[in-house]
Amino acid sequence: MKYMLSFIEEGSPDQVPEAKRNETYARIGEWWTDLAQKGKITEGHQLQPPHTATTVKVNGGKAVVTDGPFSESKETVGGFGIVNVANLDEAIAIAKTWPGVGVFNRKVEIRPVIEREGM
Amino acid sequence: MQEAVVEALEHWPTDGIPDKPGAWLLTTARRKALDRLRRKAKYQEKLSLLVGSRPQEIRGEGDDRLQLIFTCCHPALSREAQVALTLRAVIGLTTSEIARAFLTNEATIAQRIVRAKRKIVEAGIPYRVPPPEEMADRLGQVLAVLYLTFNEGFLASGGALPERRELAEDALWLTSLLVRLMPGEPEAIGLLALMRLHLSRAQTRFDASGGIVLLKDQDRSRWDHAAINEARQLIEQVARLGRPGPYQVQASIAAVHAQAPSWVETNWLEILIFYDSLLAFWPTPVVRLNRAIALFHVAGPIPALEEVDRLVADLDDYHLFHATRAQFLRALDRNQEAREADARALELATNPAERALIEHRLGDL
Repeated sequence: MKYMLSFIEEGSPDQVPEAKRNETYARIGEWWTDLAQKGKITEGHQLQPPHTATTVKVNGGKAVVTDGPFSESKETVGGFGIVNVANLDEAIAIAKTWPGVGVFNRKVEIRPVIEREGM
Repeated sequence: MQEAVVEALEHWPTDGIPDKPGAWLLTTARRKALDRLRRKAKYQEKLSLLVGSRPQEIRGEGDDRLQLIFTCCHPALSREAQVALTLRAVIGLTTSEIARAFLTNEATIAQRIVRAKRKIVEAGIPYRVPPPEEMADRLGQVLAVLYLTFNEGFLASGGALPERRELAEDALWLTSLLVRLMPGEPEAIGLLALMRLHLSRAQTRFDASGGIVLLKDQDRSRWDHAAINEARQLIEQVARLGRPGPYQVQASIAAVHAQAPSWVETNWLEILIFYDSLLAFWPTPVVRLNRAIALFHVAGPIPALEEVDRLVADLDDYHLFHATRAQFLRALDRNQEAREADARALELATNPAERALIEHRLGDL
């Protein structure tokens, strides 16, 4: 099954001391490389910070463009990855090893991807 | 993989309910008891097939009930859904029986079960016994579901609804099944001992009119001393495995109470020490509240009151916090404050027997 792992962040990684931060980024890089080589992660990206976000919605037939992320919440999506694994337990096990969980106090949301024939 | 889950879900017991919908409401206690025996006989039949097999075979793919239990108690499901699914799928209660046991309506329970089944399928929750590296966490989930179910039935065990009373026995039965299927898990054994110790006092917990009889006022000669001795032996055996845990500690606390010849002869210091080790496993406000009661008996009301007053931010909505505080305040002759605390406890309490007890105390002051 395919799942999307959303890396949910609140606050800036700048709160973590620089040396620790750089080490964590390095470990996150290894984590991606390792899982990609094993064929577990098929795609994924880190995103620019939330202040770069723009939201589009349609009000009465008219598109309205606003500054900022879609949610008022302090928690935002910092990145995502698509994993291709046997079941939810395997996806949970992968999410638990994401180095940012321990250091940046991030959360990972796991949701199954709808898979259609021919897609 | 997913077909296996769907198949398991479709083959859940459906024969726990009589042919005519709603007819079970009219069944006599005798009929009810027969249903229960039949239900248990079905599992005992399966169990007897397992007795001949070696433990590692039981542990592996062979036993579908263990897979079912772990799937129903998967952490990706809410605790309410875990409980409802376990009662429905493993014990075989009907949705209306579950609804009555939890004092809610059938539609709520039915919807909870449907949603949980859908999540199992759509989110790809595997139908399996978890591998060793996940076992500690996952078994903890199962034990939490069993203990919650037991407590829901146990508190009500003198109440008017037999479904609630039987819930505690169902939880005990399922825990003993789990111990037989997983004999090397000390915490499962600890929970079993804990439940047996609680139930050994069940006959003395309520008076003839359904009012709560407090531990200090219970007739200890009517406790089930054979069951108490068995539970103590279980605790001693499991201690030799050298893998302590929160259920073993709670069973030890219950055992200290069960073997005290009277309330005043209770070894409170031992209980206080056990609460300290329980805090190491579960550093929660409710455990601290219970520890404060032991502290009250060891060191008196002043340090005990100081301790509970630190918990107000966490437990202000919990009736037993205020009832406990009232007890400490009364010991200090601060009767007006004790009254206010009991009044707050009464506002928050929902169990009728507990409400009656607090009302009685308010009347005495």
